[in-house]
Amino acid sequence: MTQGVGVENRANLAGDGASQAASPPRRRMPMLLLALMGLLLLSITFGITLGPVEISPASVWRIAGHELALRLGIASAPGEWTLAQHQIVWLIRMPRVLLAALVGAGLAVVGVTMQAMVRNPLADPYLLGVSSGASVGAVLVLAYGVLGFAGVYALSLGAFAGALLACVAVYWLAHSGGRLLAPRLILGGVAIGYCLGGITSLVTLTAGQRELANAVLSWTLGSLAGTRWDELGLPALVLALGIAWLLLQARALNALLTGDETASTLGVDTTRVRRVLFVLVSLLTGVMVAVSGAIGFIGLMVPHITRMLVGTEHRRVLPVAALVGAVFLVWVDAVARVAFAPTELPVGIITALIGGPFFVWLLLRRGLSPGAGR
Amino acid sequence: MKLQARELRWQVPHSGTARSIVEDVSLHVAEGELVGLIGPNGSGKSTVLRMIYRILRPAAGAVSVDGRDVWRMSARDTARLMAVLAQENGGEFEFSVREVVSMGRTPHKSAFARDDQRDIDIVHAAMLRVGVLQLAERSFATLSGGEKQRVLMARALAQQAGLLVLDEPTNHLDVRYQFEIMNLVRSLGVTAIAALHELHIAAHYCDRLYLLENGRLAASGTPAEVLTAEHIAGVYGVRAAIRLHPRSGRPHIEFMPDEPV
Repeated sequence: MTQGVGVENRANLAGDGASQAASPPRRRMPMLLLALMGLLLLSITFGITLGPVEISPASVWRIAGHELALRLGIASAPGEWTLAQHQIVWLIRMPRVLLAALVGAGLAVVGVTMQAMVRNPLADPYLLGVSSGASVGAVLVLAYGVLGFAGVYALSLGAFAGALLACVAVYWLAHSGGRLLAPRLILGGVAIGYCLGGITSLVTLTAGQRELANAVLSWTLGSLAGTRWDELGLPALVLALGIAWLLLQARALNALLTGDETASTLGVDTTRVRRVLFVLVSLLTGVMVAVSGAIGFIGLMVPHITRMLVGTEHRRVLPVAALVGAVFLVWVDAVARVAFAPTELPVGIITALIGGPFFVWLLLRRGLSPGAGR
Repeated sequence: MKLQARELRWQVPHSGTARSIVEDVSLHVAEGELVGLIGPNGSGKSTVLRMIYRILRPAAGAVSVDGRDVWRMSARDTARLMAVLAQENGGEFEFSVREVVSMGRTPHKSAFARDDQRDIDIVHAAMLRVGVLQLAERSFATLSGGEKQRVLMARALAQQAGLLVLDEPTNHLDVRYQFEIMNLVRSLGVTAIAALHELHIAAHYCDRLYLLENGRLAASGTPAEVLTAEHIAGVYGVRAAIRLHPRSGRPHIEFMPDEPV
C-alpha cells in the first residue's frame, strides 16, 4: 500500500516537467510554423547568396521579383545587377536551393510516414532500401530507355516503380504472423538495399555507356548539382498533394502508431490505409530520388528532431517535419558547396556523415529492444 | 441483446490441419451486463474476443452488436458500437495522455473534420470520469500499468460505444490496481465482456461467466454456477473448495494445490 502511494507521488512530481516537452499547447503551433517559414525563407536566401560569385540578399529577391513580374506580364525594368549575377541567381542557384528545400521536405515526410507504417522510429527510405529500389528503376530507364512512353516523366516513373517494389519486399520480409519484427525490418531493409545497390552498379557498368557510369556515381551519392527549373514541377506537385493527403489521414497515422489491432478497433481500415501509404511513400521517394539521387538519413533525423519539438501527434509533426527537412537540406547543400570549394561534394556524403552517428546514437538509446517492433 | 456470438469457429488459416482453435462457441451479453470469459492459458479466450472485435474473421458463425453483423460492417461503423481494451502496449512513440484519449474520437470524425469543442468536451469528461485529468499532459509511455489502463479506459469512453470489450484488463497489474480497474468498469455501468485470468476477479465482479476449455465452452451461467469445485478441477486441474458469500451469493475460491485432483 505505502509503495503504491509512493509511486503515485513520484509520478505527480515528474508530471509537470515532462509534460511541457511531450505536448506543447496547440496555440503555440501557428507561431512555430511561422517561425520555421521565416527561417526557411532566410535559409533559401542565404543559400542563394553563397558561392564564388558574391551576390547580396537584396539583389537575390530583386532578381526573383523581376523574373516573377515578367512571367506575370507586369512591366519591370532590370536593376543594377550584372547579366552574370542574374543568370547565376535565376538559372543556377535558385532552382538548386529550391530543389534542396523540396527534397528535404519530401524525404522528411516520407520518414514520418514510414515510421508510422512500421511503428519504428528507425525507419528511413534510405536505410530500408526504398531509395535503392528507386535508384534501380531510374538507372534502368537511363541505361535501356525502358518506360519510353512516359517521355520526360520516365525517370520518375521508373524510380516510383522501383521504390514500390522495394517497399513491398521489405514489408513482406519483416512481416510475420500479423506482426512486424523490428530486427528483420532493419536488417532486411539493409540487405535489400545492398542487393539493389549491386543491381544499380551492375546495370551501370554493363550497359556499355561510359558517361552513364559517371552520371550514376554522383547521383547514387545524392547530388543537387545542375538543377533546372523544369525539374522542380513534379516534386513540388507530388509533395503538396502528399502532405495534403497525409494531413487528412493524420488520425489514422496516429492510430497506426499504437498498433494495427488498436487502430482497427478505433475504426481505421488498416489494410486500405497501409496500401495507400505504400504507394504514397514510394511515389514521394521515387520522385525525389529521380531528381536528386539517394540522399540518406534525412527521413531518420528530421522526424526525430521534430518529435522532440512538437510531440508525436501527426497534425503537428507533418507540417513541422516538412519545414525542418527543407531548412536542413538547404543548409547541408550550402555546406556541400562551400566546405571544400572549389570542389563540390554530393549532399549525400554530408547527410551520411551526420546521419550515420545519429543512427548509432538512436540505436544505443532505444535499441532494437523487444518493444521496438510491437 | 447487446452482443450475440453464434457458433464461432476459428482455425489457423492454410495450416492444412482441420483442428480448430475455437469450436462452437456461442455467447451473449445483455444491456448493462458485465460478462466474464474465463479459462486456462491457451483455452481460446483472446481468440474468441478477437473474433468479436473484428480482428480474426471466424471460419464459421456470426457476431452481432445491436443486431448488426460486425463482419458486414466497416471497421469505422464497428468502432462506433464497440470499444476495445486489448493487450497491446503503446509502442515507443510518445503521445500525451490527452492525445491518446482523443484517439477515441477517430471513428466519429471524417478526414476533413477538425476536433471541435464537442470532441474536446467529450475527451475532458472521459478523463475526469476515470480520474486521469491530472495526467492529461503527461507522456503515456511514462505511466504505470494501472494508470495506462485507466487512460485506455478513458479512450474507450471517448469512443462513446455501447459495448466495451476487455482482453485481460488486470494482466500484469498489482492486486490493488486489479481491483481499481474492475471497480472502475463496474462503476461506469457500461455493458462489457471481459476475458479474465484471475478467477477471484471474475467471481467478484461478473454478472455471468463463460468457461472455456480447449476452445470449447465447458460451462456458462452465474459465477456460483460456473465456479464450482468440479469445473475448476476439470478445467484447471486444481482442487478447490468453494464457499458462497452469505449475502452476495458470490463464490469464494480456496485453492488446495497440495491435494490430488
